[in-house]
Amino acid sequence: MTKTFRFALLASTLLGGAASAQDVTLTIESWRNDDLTIWQETIIPAFEAQNPGIKVVFAPTAPAEYNAALNSKLAAGSAGDLITCRPFDASLELYNQGHLADLSGLASMANFSPVAKSAWQTDDGAATFCIPMASVIHGFIYNKDAFDALGIAVPTTRDEFFAALDKIKADGTYIPMAMGTNDQWEAATMGYNNIGPNYWKGEEGRLALIKGEQKLTDPQWVAPFEELARWKDYLGDGFEAQTYPDSQNLFTLGRAAIYPAGSWEISGFNTQAQFAMGAFPPPVAAAGDTCYISDHTDIAIGMNAKSPNAEAAKTFLEWVGSPEFAALYANALPGFFSLNSTPVEMQDPLAQEFVSWRGKCQSTIRSTYQILSRGTPNLENETWNASANVIKGTETPADAGKRLQDGLASWYEPQK
Amino acid sequence: MARRKPFRWHIGVFLAPAVLVYTAIMIIPLFGTLNLSLYNLADRARVFVGLANFETLFGDPRWSTAFWNALWNNCWFFIIHMAVQNPIGILLAALLSSPKLRMAAFYRTAIFIPTILSFVIVGFVWKLILSPIWGIAPGMLDAVGLKFLFAPWLGKEEYALTTLALVSVWQFVGIPMMLIYAALLSIPDDVIEAAEMDGLTGWSQFWKIKLPLILPSIGIISILTFVGNFNSFDLIYVAQGALAGPNFSTDILGTFLYRTFFGFQLQLGDPHMGATIATAMFAIILVGVCIYLFGIQTRLRRYQF
Repeated sequence: MTKTFRFALLASTLLGGAASAQDVTLTIESWRNDDLTIWQETIIPAFEAQNPGIKVVFAPTAPAEYNAALNSKLAAGSAGDLITCRPFDASLELYNQGHLADLSGLASMANFSPVAKSAWQTDDGAATFCIPMASVIHGFIYNKDAFDALGIAVPTTRDEFFAALDKIKADGTYIPMAMGTNDQWEAATMGYNNIGPNYWKGEEGRLALIKGEQKLTDPQWVAPFEELARWKDYLGDGFEAQTYPDSQNLFTLGRAAIYPAGSWEISGFNTQAQFAMGAFPPPVAAAGDTCYISDHTDIAIGMNAKSPNAEAAKTFLEWVGSPEFAALYANALPGFFSLNSTPVEMQDPLAQEFVSWRGKCQSTIRSTYQILSRGTPNLENETWNASANVIKGTETPADAGKRLQDGLASWYEPQK
Repeated sequence: MARRKPFRWHIGVFLAPAVLVYTAIMIIPLFGTLNLSLYNLADRARVFVGLANFETLFGDPRWSTAFWNALWNNCWFFIIHMAVQNPIGILLAALLSSPKLRMAAFYRTAIFIPTILSFVIVGFVWKLILSPIWGIAPGMLDAVGLKFLFAPWLGKEEYALTTLALVSVWQFVGIPMMLIYAALLSIPDDVIEAAEMDGLTGWSQFWKIKLPLILPSIGIISILTFVGNFNSFDLIYVAQGALAGPNFSTDILGTFLYRTFFGFQLQLGDPHMGATIATAMFAIILVGVCIYLFGIQTRLRRYQF
């Protein structure tokens, strides 16, 4: 009896082993540990249902450690088959080192516009090494209840914007704007690169800066700093020591009226805030002006060049490039907008508001990300520091522009 | 004829584990770092550049400004510790060793506890306490009518580093206190009695008898503080991030090294310049320790009981 039982066990183990040997398991490296459940419950089951024989494991690392951890795993040969790609140089460097495979040949690459792919291409655009997944859009999220109570219309021009801020300040119930300078990056990302594209005309200014035709001391690059300097009066008490989570909480607790935002806040704010929210794009100079928004290519997925499961990985990547994945992902994570050329139906009203700006405004990406942050001093990091200084009033906009220009010119040939 | 002394194998055998482990995890990485600072990348290949990295660090205005800023901040961090932490530590130890004090064990434990807390907890708790939005500091100052004294200290360039240094003092004041306390306890009673016979009591006894006897301990504490401060990183990183804001006013050598070596946000890491900074830090600490060992330690008078 026992013997039979043992044989049965042994046989089932062998058979089970044989069955699972046909399965290929793909591991995804990612920094989006917030999205673990969405991958496990929504995205991966959808893929596995269509592709029997391929199992997918989502294995994220903490965002701050991701780049360092991934680099060491790739160097040691223990990284997963699929690699979530940071935009621009971090991934380009991995491609140049031979860690990421060239994916230009994938059929689903045709579903993406050149701008969508630009963050994961070689400088000449010859090779694309990651399938774009999502972008984030910048703008302002506001407390609708506060706006209604104070009788403020959604501002479209800069004058209206500051008039609204003045009105909120005069009333005193709400802090006009929730932002702090302690962590520095909000000042640059949700400040400078949020309102800036309206001044430097989006892609036009960004590309001219890369070509060396414009300088950071030009009026269109200094003016956003001048506007930032005016924000100081509308921030909360002690904003110098206010951190990013502080600002999020101030807004979602209903203590602040306007929040300079990135669309990734949407799902968090939806669960936290007890009031109605709306969003508006960065106000323009005069009514009717073309508006520009920062629609920043943020996340993509590529393939480990040394993956033993290249075929299965390519199947997965083709699926990531499909409209089906785009719809799944964009709805599971409102605020991460699909870069797929096929329009995606989204349910979330706030996300719909954000994405509707793509129709009426010109899209661009953050000015400092492509090429310009390759050297030392690093333009992006310097911009954090300069934006925070300008808001605090410890550096004038002109000085900040000059410092950034000098830093960039010290290593970037076209700007010399 | 005297028999030759047998070779004492056991000495080598007993030393071997410690020597091997120490070599593997300290000596080899140390020399690896020193070596790395002499190389740099040229066209994706590592080439020997001699002292060129040091030339960049001290010669290039950007690198050298950042370096001297970090070094000065580090010195200020050290000055605050020497001027605040160690005198308070000695004072607390003197109070604790007073036989009249009740509940001495409780105070000793309470003051020592922050030392065993993680930096992450300390940084986070103090950030919350000092937060202008949720913190209890503004409220407490308000309660005693001193609200005007409150400022967002961690966000102001002129106060941030001093504030963090004081937080660090709060955390570590237990260490000098314990060391001095132990030194005070080891002073033999007959010395104290002799002093009392000669009419020395209270503070004058402390200044004239006890302090000279605990000077060697104070020396050790100073050098520990020096090494600890010039290697410190955690508290600044936890409270202010790798960019050591506001405007690099809290940037110390440790955060400067971290940013350079591992990279930050869009900036890719540069192990060679990072190793150069690490080597400079090593040299600074080495010089400091040597000055202490040869300049001060040898001149301290020791008393045998």
